Amino acid sequence: MITLQHMLTLSAILFSLSIAGIFLNRKNVILLLMCIELMLLAVNFSFVSFSRYLGDLDGQVFVFFVLTVAAAESAIGLAILVVLFRERRSINVEDLDTLKG
Amino acid sequence: MLVQLLFYGFSAILIAAALGVIVARNPVYSALSLVLAFFTSAALWLLIEAEFLAIVLVLVYVGAVMVLFLFVVMMLDINVEEIKRGVTRYAGLGWFIAFAVIAQMVAVFWFRGFGIDATQGMALLPADHSNTRALGEVLYTQYVYPFELAAMVLLVAIIAAITLTMRKRPGLKPQDVAKQVAVRREDRVRLVKGVGPKTDPAPESDT
Repeated sequence: MITLQHMLTLSAILFSLSIAGIFLNRKNVILLLMCIELMLLAVNFSFVSFSRYLGDLDGQVFVFFVLTVAAAESAIGLAILVVLFRERRSINVEDLDTLKG
Repeated sequence: MLVQLLFYGFSAILIAAALGVIVARNPVYSALSLVLAFFTSAALWLLIEAEFLAIVLVLVYVGAVMVLFLFVVMMLDINVEEIKRGVTRYAGLGWFIAFAVIAQMVAVFWFRGFGIDATQGMALLPADHSNTRALGEVLYTQYVYPFELAAMVLLVAIIAAITLTMRKRPGLKPQDVAKQVAVRREDRVRLVKGVGPKTDPAPESDT
């Protein structure tokens, strides 16, 4: 029997792995975006599990909106990334220090 | 028993794929691991009877967002070696925070509870229950304004992405349809007298 605890633990492991991913790949903007997608997936996991185990459909509706916003976010993020690469020929976070005092 | 086996199998694949995303040397491998993670999550959501969102996850994420990611990764010429240099400086801290988060969350889920009974399985839905229909009934009545707002968010994203990446290149010769339609005969055709092939008189014999 899969219980709510199993699902939430899986979601917590996914979320923590994406946190570790942000630390590991903190120079590569594309990988940072991918880790954010993974985080959103973990959060959606919690929403779906709570929705199913508590018998409330609103959680799944919320996941629908999270998916929409995440798709918009990654589209704009990647567009910014392409413009950035065109300007600087690099996506290394350390090269983006123009505003540094 | 079978359900449990499937759950543990898919969970193992999902965690392995997530690890692949964060430790792969090549961004293309990361993107492909992320695709595997989304597929496995969709399978797990099917397992807990959230069918509509599972299919949407495959269609929207694997079909659109990840293809976009792969597109950008392959389009940009990234020097992987340079980016990976000195990458292990904060890796220890990252892993420590990750394990601390897992430990805290497990402590909350398994030993504290939420004031609800989280130790039992979900109530299985009847075989003829349609998750899509139930979700649609809520989405188009109670959540109809948020739904339209979501459409606006997507529209803004489309416009923002296009305006960000559009650029005027020098030497580009675009088509101006309005100009083409508005052209008149006098602009293009000029009648000139006295030039052109002459109508020769009959060839004379050279005798």
